[in-house]
Amino acid sequence: MSSETKQPFAWHGTLERNVTILAICAFIAVIFGGLIEIVPLFYIDNTIEKVKGMRPYTPLEQAGRDIYVREGCYLCHSQMIRPFRDETERYGHYSLAAESMYDHPFQWGSERTGPDLARVGGKYSDAWHVQHLSAPRSVVPESIMPNYSFLANTELKAGEGGSMKGELKALKLAGVPYTQEDIDKADDDLKAQANGDGTDLAKRYPKAQARDFDGKPDKITEMDALVAYLQVLGTMVDVESAAAQEQLAQEKGR
Amino acid sequence: MMPEEPKTSKRVDEATNTETMGHEWDGIEELNTPLPRWWLYTFYACIAFAIGYAVVYPSVPLLKGGTEGTAGWTSRGALAKEMDAEKAERAPILAALAATPIEDLPGKPELMRQAVAGGRAAFKVNCVQCHGAGAAGSIGYPNLNDDDWLWGGSLTEIQQTLTHGIRYPGDDQTRMSLMPSFGHDKILTPAQVQDAASYVRSLSGLEPKGAAAQRGSAIFATNCVACHGPEGKGGRQFGAPNLTDRIWLYGGSREQVVGSITNAHAGVMPAWSQRLDPVTIKMLAAYVHSLGGGEAFAPPAPDPAPAAPAAAAK
Repeated sequence: MSSETKQPFAWHGTLERNVTILAICAFIAVIFGGLIEIVPLFYIDNTIEKVKGMRPYTPLEQAGRDIYVREGCYLCHSQMIRPFRDETERYGHYSLAAESMYDHPFQWGSERTGPDLARVGGKYSDAWHVQHLSAPRSVVPESIMPNYSFLANTELKAGEGGSMKGELKALKLAGVPYTQEDIDKADDDLKAQANGDGTDLAKRYPKAQARDFDGKPDKITEMDALVAYLQVLGTMVDVESAAAQEQLAQEKGR
Repeated sequence: MMPEEPKTSKRVDEATNTETMGHEWDGIEELNTPLPRWWLYTFYACIAFAIGYAVVYPSVPLLKGGTEGTAGWTSRGALAKEMDAEKAERAPILAALAATPIEDLPGKPELMRQAVAGGRAAFKVNCVQCHGAGAAGSIGYPNLNDDDWLWGGSLTEIQQTLTHGIRYPGDDQTRMSLMPSFGHDKILTPAQVQDAASYVRSLSGLEPKGAAAQRGSAIFATNCVACHGPEGKGGRQFGAPNLTDRIWLYGGSREQVVGSITNAHAGVMPAWSQRLDPVTIKMLAAYVHSLGGGEAFAPPAPDPAPAAPAAAAK
């Protein structure tokens, strides 16, 4: 017989020998971690703050975003400016959670082989983007970015079967507030924006920039879409406005 | 395999003088070696630290927000504090720069030196992507080191270009000009474009003045002189490049010149006043001016006639 003195943590032996109890206890431990770490992100004020200026992407911008995802830009470029001096001085005001509220999936990234792109919109001209995407080293000699010159020659086949309607509908299900009109007019909107006719577009997508983005007015290419997307990044919210700054100054607990 | 705890009694292992766990499988026993004390106490200290940390810093999520922590620390607040300290350090220089019109900068060498240093830092963030780390530019982006200027190279002119940009949509005062796409818009036939290219290239001696250049000369006289001038020396009013030097913004090879006449380029520079504050723009102007090609101020415009004699008398 074993000694009668009670071992501390003797129950641990039982736990290690019974796989069912072990699995149940491990599951409870994981649930607890999820409850504490993940669930609050869906309701606490810090992460669901509302910010003025955010609007869903236009169909052309969304199509450009799809190309961004397809080409794996996020593997080298983050879209998340952290609140550090070195980052804000180089890239601009730090990112707000709300600025990626219509991103499905978000493009925060975790790798910065290239610079952060969260506020690249309006920083360079369209022509620069076209040249840089086509031949990065012609403008940045030390760049190791691949050439994406094919984008300028590839006609844009946005969304499924050349229509963005389905994609906008799917995004609406995910919580992006596209109206029925936005969805119905998706393909017209896309063409109008790439052809520089932004009057109707601007009513539903405030401050949307409409022009020929790639310098080839006769056709809509993937370059048009990608440049349109890059040019809107980080420009929707006026983070430097007085009201926004005041609100940020009163924040607590992050 | 034993389904239950083996019923062996604990004993002290002779070799290590450590008690065994009390079980044995096929002659293999397990020593009940206690954790090293230093490890155990470090572990307890970590737990104590974590509790204290959770009290002092924001940590536990509650129903509406997280706990804020007794220290009142926020990442954004820490950044703001750091930026404010930096701002306070720079404030006197920036205030002096803000109060000094750019025309007076050359007269204050110390302030000029600081403006150039600040401009260099801002250039690295905002300008190198197009104009290059050494400001030498590349095809389509002007070299800022030479003394060839499209829109003018004095401090005021550079500041104007920086503030309002070139052909930048949305800025009323942006520097604007548009060369026609002579080939694409069928203003000239392809043969005429070739002749014009020959003439343009002959201006800087890249081609001999042959028959094609002679024909091109007539085409140039009717189509190009309005902006590029009768001698092809360009004009800053339109940002028209000087065609007689061998400095080419879009390349000087035959194909490139023909290409530029066929599909005209209209390079764009952003209006930086939309992104940068006036002092940063002033510092950038000072830096670009210092790169080697900076020009003296242009003579005052002739229209404010009474002011000119007063300035001369001074």
